[in-house]
Amino acid sequence: MKKIALIALATLTLLAGLLLGAKMVQIKGSDTMVNLVQILAEEYMGKNPATPIAVLGGGSGTGITGLINQTCDIASTSRDWKPKEIDQAWDKGVTPRNFVVAVDGLSIIVNEKNPVEQLTIAQVGAMYRGEIKSWKAVSDFQKPVSLYGRQSNSGTYVFMQEFVLGNKNYSTDMKEMNGNAQIIEGVLQDEGAVGYVGVGYLFDETGHVRKGLKVVKISKEPGGTGYVPTDKAAVDSGDYPIARPLYMSTNGKPKGVAAEFLQWIVGPEGQAVVGREGFFTVGEGKYKAANDKNFK
Amino acid sequence: MKQATRKKIVQALGFLALRAALFLVLAVLFLFLYDIGRKGAGAISWEFLSKAPRRGMTEGGIFPAIFGTFLVTVITAVLAVPLGMSAAIYLNEYARQTRLTRLIRLSIRNLSGVPSIVYGLFGVILFVNVMGFGTSVLSAGLTLGLMTLPWTITASEEALKTIPNSYREGALALGATKWQTIRTNVLPYAVPGMLTGTVLGLARAAGETAPILFTGAAFYLPFLPKSLGDQFMALPYHLYIMATQHHAILQVRPLAYGTALVLIVLVLGLNMTAVVVRYRLRRKQR
Amino acid sequence: MRHKKWSDFKESAIRAFFFTCGILAVLVLIGVFLTLLATAIPAFREIKVGEFLLSTRWDPTSPEKAEYGLLAMIVSTLMVTAGALVLAVPIGIGVAAYLSDVAHWRAREILKPVVEILAGIPSVVVGFLGIVLFGPAIAKVFHIGNGLNALNGSLLLAIMALPTIISISEDSLNAVPRAYSEASLALGASRWQTLVRVKLPAGLSGIIAAVMLGMGRAIGETMTVLMVTGNARSFPHGLFDAVRTMTANIAIELGEVPYYTTHYYALFAIGLVLFVMTFAVNLVADVVLQKYQEREQ
Repeated sequence: MKKIALIALATLTLLAGLLLGAKMVQIKGSDTMVNLVQILAEEYMGKNPATPIAVLGGGSGTGITGLINQTCDIASTSRDWKPKEIDQAWDKGVTPRNFVVAVDGLSIIVNEKNPVEQLTIAQVGAMYRGEIKSWKAVSDFQKPVSLYGRQSNSGTYVFMQEFVLGNKNYSTDMKEMNGNAQIIEGVLQDEGAVGYVGVGYLFDETGHVRKGLKVVKISKEPGGTGYVPTDKAAVDSGDYPIARPLYMSTNGKPKGVAAEFLQWIVGPEGQAVVGREGFFTVGEGKYKAANDKNFK
Repeated sequence: MKQATRKKIVQALGFLALRAALFLVLAVLFLFLYDIGRKGAGAISWEFLSKAPRRGMTEGGIFPAIFGTFLVTVITAVLAVPLGMSAAIYLNEYARQTRLTRLIRLSIRNLSGVPSIVYGLFGVILFVNVMGFGTSVLSAGLTLGLMTLPWTITASEEALKTIPNSYREGALALGATKWQTIRTNVLPYAVPGMLTGTVLGLARAAGETAPILFTGAAFYLPFLPKSLGDQFMALPYHLYIMATQHHAILQVRPLAYGTALVLIVLVLGLNMTAVVVRYRLRRKQR
Repeated sequence: MRHKKWSDFKESAIRAFFFTCGILAVLVLIGVFLTLLATAIPAFREIKVGEFLLSTRWDPTSPEKAEYGLLAMIVSTLMVTAGALVLAVPIGIGVAAYLSDVAHWRAREILKPVVEILAGIPSVVVGFLGIVLFGPAIAKVFHIGNGLNALNGSLLLAIMALPTIISISEDSLNAVPRAYSEASLALGASRWQTLVRVKLPAGLSGIIAAVMLGMGRAIGETMTVLMVTGNARSFPHGLFDAVRTMTANIAIELGEVPYYTTHYYALFAIGLVLFVMTFAVNLVADVVLQKYQEREQ
């Protein structure tokens, strides 16, 4: 008898609790951006205490799925939406609107013991497709290429696949890590390693490139000038070939706390945080214009 | 004489090998506990245990994760404990021992061997999607509850089975009804054992990550869950993120160790309590 | 008269309550299986069963051609499990034999709970230790760049399967009737000979059951392998390769998959394969154990 009453009471409490749920702005998505968005959220909440914002990671794919399934308010992505995903969104009555909140120079990193200084974008693609298996092919380094990358839920994974691998399959020998930081850890320990990470992850707490890592210069053509992703001018001008905008997307026109938060991010205070975290600011050009249009 | 000596030597070597096996297992266990204890203790402070994470989770504490784990375990218990114990009482006391009941019992026991991620899959489709609870403490708790249910049923049944039939027969012979018999002659002796097994099951649920990965655990929440519909932070998930997905995993490694230490203390604490209770009970029953 | 009728009614009500609980529990658990089945089947509208089980390429998000071949992961799961058993079976049986035959009863009272502590360590903590302790150690000892591979996974799974193997093997060794050992000793055999030639064979079915339960545990483990095996999708060629198990794959991809797509259903299909594998292994072990217990009685 007691047990029945207990169960009934518990069930009632559960239902009551469900109905009185509090709402937070939920942001899901890119691991590349998660640190940045978390710090943005912390600073914003510091200035506006009554506005709860929850930041969940999971990868760009998770964010996009979240927006489509309406389990989050904002999706952060380090890549464009695929046409298939936009179709799925429309099928479910969701109209994604993208805001550029930062710019990233996708960085190719190797272990500091690796003598390679520069690679063409085609060579990087060949390595990740599994066509170049040894560093001997591009230098005197006698080690096999040890590939580190992300998993398919990562926007960085998809971006690399589209822009560097030419939309071909990755080598199945690539070690698929859970996040940027694990890639860095792997490259630091493994002499034959090559990895790709967002530019904000290159730096340690003092603002210098992490000891033990080497950032490879990338050139468009063999024999051309190679640029590093830490070079803002090269990223802005397009000389650095694998730069990309980082997005935060909402379902339709952003409202309420989400809108205010996004406005703050693309404003001077938010952009200062972006710069501090090692990414590039949105600037005054086409990204800003697109953002302004989407806020309306 | 020669054969006897050889026998002795073989035995000595054999037992030495067995001792080596034991030593290896103990060594690994102590290595684990020592490593976590030593490297985690440095991170433990009142702030660590009572405050929320700060500065991109590189500072601050893990209180929301502790609270979340506690909350989700309570929900797990609400589902798995009463239902599990009652189902065990039915199977062992009321049901006729036919082949069907034996089959059911076998199936339930084997369901506790099903991978935790499979329960996670089930949780996503049933609680998150079909029943519409979304990713929340409720979904996660119910998923863990389902995972723990076979365990509590089996553990409760084992406890009930240890009560000799003579206890039941004695009461029935004196004219008691079935329920009276159970209530006075079986349950008082079985409930402690049932509870022990149940607590062990809950300890396991508290440490599980896979079932809550997609049913409600979150990376960083600024506030504690205010309702059952909210997401929550949890210790095992927090450790997983700190160890693999965090943006500065080398920097926060000490915090990861601290989280591991808190989790181990919690889980092992529950385990030890159950074991000590069971030990005391066995001595009393002798 | 009236009192008896009320008492009867109460009895029936209570019985009905417990019956409902029993049925509910069983229905719920059947429901898990059926739901999995129902969500896995739609996958096979687009994927051929043969391709699913026999192809080695798993690439559902490929821009070229979406592929759903599970074989590489099935082999990876089995390989990591086999590696774990190679370690855990001899060591586990050895410790069980020690506890049942060599240890002083006071030592046993302490050692049994200690072994249970090993069982209580959460899998995410074991995985964490695999990353921070075993990974660098493996890299150093074997002179390879990275310690996140099948070997690491096997070592950790062995540690996780050991308590199960030890505990059930010990139970089965203890259940061997005293008469057998006494007869052997009376005939002049040493304790060691008795253990190896009499007790172990007598308890063999129980030990086999223990090993199978340990194997089931290893196959179903998720977090540990997710954290330490490197998660490469390639077909494994050796213990030093990075591999991806079926459990890890579900954990990796379930978060990003839009609900109700082929990819989503395919993940449930993997879940179904896992369910069937572990349920079958556990069932066989259980039946063996039951038969063994009945025989000894």
